[in-house]
Amino acid sequence: MSNLFDLVVAGLATGAIYALVAVGFTLLWQTSQTINFAQGEFVMLPAFLMLAAMHVGAPFWLAIILGILLSMILLGLAFKLLLVDPMMRHGVLPLAIATMALAIGIKEAVKQFFSAEASPFPSIVPTGDVSILGHAVSLQSIGVLIVAILAVVGLTTLLNRTSLGHQMQAAAQNPTVARIIGVPVERMILLTFLINAFLVALASLLITPIYLAKFSSGEVLGQAAFIAAIVGGFNQVRGAIAGGLLIGVLDNLAASYISTQYRAAVPMIFLIIVILFRPQGLLGRAEERTV
Amino acid sequence: MSGFAKPLKIALGLAVVAALIIVPMNFNRYGLFILSQWAVMSIAAMGLNLTLGYAGQVSLAQGAFVGIGAYAAAIMTTHGWPLPAAVMVAIVLSFAVGWVLGYPALRVQHHYLAFVTLAFSTLAFLVFRNESWLTGGIYGISNIPRPHIFGLATNKPLPFYYVCLGSLAIVSVAVWWLIRSPWGRAFMALRENPLRAQSLGVDTRRYTLMAFAIGSALGGVAGALYAPLTQYIDPVPFNLSLSLDLLMMVIVGGAGFYFGPFLGAMIAVLLPEWLRFTEGYYLMLYAVAVMLLLIWSPTGILGILDRTMAARRTKAASALRAVAKSRLETVQ
Repeated sequence: MSNLFDLVVAGLATGAIYALVAVGFTLLWQTSQTINFAQGEFVMLPAFLMLAAMHVGAPFWLAIILGILLSMILLGLAFKLLLVDPMMRHGVLPLAIATMALAIGIKEAVKQFFSAEASPFPSIVPTGDVSILGHAVSLQSIGVLIVAILAVVGLTTLLNRTSLGHQMQAAAQNPTVARIIGVPVERMILLTFLINAFLVALASLLITPIYLAKFSSGEVLGQAAFIAAIVGGFNQVRGAIAGGLLIGVLDNLAASYISTQYRAAVPMIFLIIVILFRPQGLLGRAEERTV
Repeated sequence: MSGFAKPLKIALGLAVVAALIIVPMNFNRYGLFILSQWAVMSIAAMGLNLTLGYAGQVSLAQGAFVGIGAYAAAIMTTHGWPLPAAVMVAIVLSFAVGWVLGYPALRVQHHYLAFVTLAFSTLAFLVFRNESWLTGGIYGISNIPRPHIFGLATNKPLPFYYVCLGSLAIVSVAVWWLIRSPWGRAFMALRENPLRAQSLGVDTRRYTLMAFAIGSALGGVAGALYAPLTQYIDPVPFNLSLSLDLLMMVIVGGAGFYFGPFLGAMIAVLLPEWLRFTEGYYLMLYAVAVMLLLIWSPTGILGILDRTMAARRTKAASALRAVAKSRLETVQ
């Protein structure tokens, strides 16, 4: 039983990071019908920006701030203005393909300008274990969970309790009507891109100490977040959170109880079943926009 | 392309085919390998173009079918079977699996369908990697023989390039015929307006499954050629990124255009090679080129051509109209 407890806690910690990435993914889909195949690379890049800042002599805390700001400029502002805006009105598929090309571009750029090898990354949480209910739980897992929960609570408060959040929801659900009642739709869309950039930078900060900074590490992560978003509900923030946690735990349990070789298959099979029997996702609502 | 006169089009086509036969004769080994790879990828992309470009069913699993075909060919030819038999098995196998993969398309569409096929693609990769009793696992299958065609050995790069080119020619003719047959029209009806297609008596269920099965079968053909081309296969080339690459080829070339896959495969296979002189930057430049192209023309390269042709036709038509109008006025 102790084994199961440890697995679930570790799974929740990874799942919380998936959830952050998946939430950003669904936000982009809701406001601009962008399926971002580069989302995994978006998580990989900020860690390298922070490492680069530390290379030129910035202390860790300053590197974190610079890294987050730079990712919001590059992965939020520039991504929207240069790639999404010109392509948005041409439908989902060409833009999705363009983000695939972007993923290749980011990976290659990191490989070329930084390193092809994995680099260690400092952790914001001290290493060590604490005892909870007689189980040793790593401080890292707890720290990751706390930061992720704070981020998610902050985001849901923003979306549901503030006027700004209501405007964002209106812009996502019905841009035409939102425009009529005076919501600055364009600015709201830009805001979701900035929020996504912030979330991936945060996820990068949390996950890189565990898996090291490597140019190719976005592939697995992007796919996990992708599945989490669909399983939970493509058009719901809380769906993406639930999906992230579920996939994190499922993946960990599958690795130790089913087979390490086929651990990646379990979330996939789960994904196929969910899409076929509940395409709107476990917590999502049926989509009316796409016929 | 309809702006050209018919004899001109035929002459152009013959010139391209002649160039593909004659020019590579003094290419080195590597150049021939790249060109053969272009031919193989064109076949796979043509299959995906049928599924996606003509029938409108998004698939992120074409790479998995190339893998199925490649493993079928590798396993059979290393056990002494001739390649044509292996190609037949690859076709039947990918057709059957593609048919089954078509069933989700009856329930869900667009991005949901893309996700189901994406999951399938990953599952197929796991089977290639883990079922080592059949596929050799991560060590793969080596010493895949190249075939004897009409008693001629094709071990050298040039003869095998002609095998790939010949197969591409056969597939091209078959696809040309298919999209002009009632089936091709049914596929397009499926893409444009499934509801109306159904009310006009098109069996949309059957044609959806067919679109998947035929497109996948062509992926299998490409795989069955890929195995003897590289003479060694392992699971890595058949992961999700091959499916994404093939999708990129179809979109970049121009989905729903007959010549789209040829151009798309050319860009995806040859452009990185041409950019090799930039050393570490070549894939980066390739990615930027693809993004710029899609920003400029989201319908791909042939989309640009299509638009200029349409613009020219409109111009020509309005010129004719002006002439006709002035004539009418002089008569009056």
